Amino acid sequence: MPHASENTLTRLYENMVTARYYEERLQEEYLEGKQPAFDISAGPIPGELHLAAGHEAAGAGVCDHLRDDDIVTATHRPHHIAIAKGVDLKRMTAEIFGRETGLGKGKGGHMHLFDPDVNFACSGIIAEGCPPAVGGALAAQKRNTDSVAVSYLGEGAIDQGAFLESLNFASVFDLPVVFVIEDNDWAISMPKERVTDVENGAKRADGFEMPGVRVDSDDVLDVYDAAGEAIGRARDRNGPTVIEVQVHRRMGHFMGDPETYRPEADQEAAAERDSIVRLESDLREAGVEDDRIDEIRDDAHSRVDEAIEWAKDQPLPEPGAAHEDLFVSPASGVTDSEPDFEAVGGEE
Amino acid sequence: MSGAESTRELTMSRAMVSAIAHEMRENDDVFYMGEDVADYGGIFDSTQGLREEFGYDRIMDVPISETAYIGAAVGAAQAGMRPIAELMFVDFFGVAMDQIYNQMAKNTYMSGGNVSVPMVLTAAVGGTYNDAAQHSQTLYGTFAHIPGLKIVVPSTAYEAKGLMHNAIRDDDPVLYMFHKRLMGIGWMPAPDGPKTPVPETDYTIPFGRADVKRDGEDVTIVTLGLHVHRALEAAETLASDGISAEVIDLRSLVPLDTETIVESVEKTGNLVVVDEDYRSYGVTGEVTARVAEEALDALERVERVAVPDVPIPYSRPLEKEVIPGTEDIVNAATRTQ
Ligand SMILES: Cc1ncc(C[n+]2csc(CCOP(=O)(O)OP(=O)(O)O)c2C)c(N)n1
Repeated sequence: MPHASENTLTRLYENMVTARYYEERLQEEYLEGKQPAFDISAGPIPGELHLAAGHEAAGAGVCDHLRDDDIVTATHRPHHIAIAKGVDLKRMTAEIFGRETGLGKGKGGHMHLFDPDVNFACSGIIAEGCPPAVGGALAAQKRNTDSVAVSYLGEGAIDQGAFLESLNFASVFDLPVVFVIEDNDWAISMPKERVTDVENGAKRADGFEMPGVRVDSDDVLDVYDAAGEAIGRARDRNGPTVIEVQVHRRMGHFMGDPETYRPEADQEAAAERDSIVRLESDLREAGVEDDRIDEIRDDAHSRVDEAIEWAKDQPLPEPGAAHEDLFVSPASGVTDSEPDFEAVGGEE
Repeated sequence: MSGAESTRELTMSRAMVSAIAHEMRENDDVFYMGEDVADYGGIFDSTQGLREEFGYDRIMDVPISETAYIGAAVGAAQAGMRPIAELMFVDFFGVAMDQIYNQMAKNTYMSGGNVSVPMVLTAAVGGTYNDAAQHSQTLYGTFAHIPGLKIVVPSTAYEAKGLMHNAIRDDDPVLYMFHKRLMGIGWMPAPDGPKTPVPETDYTIPFGRADVKRDGEDVTIVTLGLHVHRALEAAETLASDGISAEVIDLRSLVPLDTETIVESVEKTGNLVVVDEDYRSYGVTGEVTARVAEEALDALERVERVAVPDVPIPYSRPLEKEVIPGTEDIVNAATRTQ
């Protein structure tokens, strides 16, 4: 039986259907103009695109416990997490379309979304979001607030030094940070058993004297419970936790991935396991009417469609803008208070 | 280009792979480590088909642990093997910088020449497809700056093969930087040019020998990688404006063929250095300084065409603004006249 209230269930559902539909729509938009021969430089969305369909439970189930002042660092597959953290959907979409009104004025792109209003950031370098999350937790500790930090990474990232060093650092200083591993079984073409020693990534926690919890299914309610406990621990100043969530990759690693390395059965299994469908039945069990479910979903879809339409209407940046924003504006570090040695009596 | 009897047209990736395969057949000590190099065949086709021939033991998918596997290549090389390690994107060097900068590059010197590190580090470089600041750099200058690494940058299939044969056989660590846009990958169409006839034989191109890709009289354009092709295109335009441009493909940054550059500038009097790396403290400054040191009197005008000192932005108009285009080269060369 779910521990979450009906309100929580509907919130999680709304979040997950938003994230799923968002990825489906982006897929459509991205592939437009890249057909029939896939050309990465064509179409309305520039660059690489890593979509997270199948990861929604890990975004919604964790971030539902977070406030705007809590910090999240996400991965190269960030959209579902950004949506769950409350990142401005329109400006995020504009960024993905490379527009001037995007979160980063078109400079960052889909792997580099920054929304300081809700303390969200992400990075395209594997596991490199971990140290900044630890730093966010350190700031909370030093300032004696009760905010926490969450760092997301893939199961392929648990072999990276930045993650392991972050675990030790967080443990040594008892920092309010939660590491969330999204295990989708694949690191691009590398199945996890080929490159990682443990089947359960949460075991990484064992060597660093912190709890490690694995949520074996991607049932969002199990994720919600595990994350609630870990985030509560962090908020109560009881130290860091590692959570691994089994998710699944419904689309390729990136758009255009031929997935020739992936057994068809694995693809089919991923398609069948659908945490959103499962949550729908939980909602019905909790007494939510079908009409209400449809309404939540339709509203979410409209919000996504609206964000995409808005983003596509936004202007592209002026080329000259490429030269701005390297440093803060107005310029810093220009104060001149060098002592005048002659005036203070320095000898010639 | 050598007149070997048996040649075929190859894309740059096929040429690179054919050299690796040849060396692996000849020498059991050669093996390849990287992410997605086995079943995927390299995200940029750098190992396409090799796992099928050599198996997982010699074409090794490795954990996403660049420090561990690049460092393991250093150690295996010092133990007498000839490993090749691949950085999927050169931009990821940051997580393994110590193994590259402090171990791979310095062990020979610090041991007084008693230790050698006969390994190759391959790395995909470059932009033009909007992959933004963490996936679009070339970082030529970053690596060429540290003493102890030989650096090669093929611009065509012919160079890709000849440089790879030499890289694997070289007893020193070699960084082999291949431009994604030149590889001939299905989903990232290459410009005309990198696909060339390639001899079947195992020819070697020595490091430190630049190639004059086009003869000219009025201005010397020195460049490397993708921009060799942009410079050749620019030279065509310049020719129709009555300006005769010589185009030099550096092919290796360390060692650098100063002689060929200086000879050309002594003829033309004008130097344009074109680089897809950042402008400051990089290839354009180094080449200019060498010419100034060797042939200051011959030098009338200098132009540097490079990425202004900002990270590579994502949005198309922004990326286009910062990565030197053919027009930028034409304009710079014209300004020297
Ligand atoms: C340091 C570094 N090495 C390699 C890469 C290239 N890369 C991008 S995504 C990826 C696979 C990541 O797998 P995982 O962490 O399991 O996340 P998933 O993509 O499956 O969500 C790799 C190797 C990178 N971005 N950074």
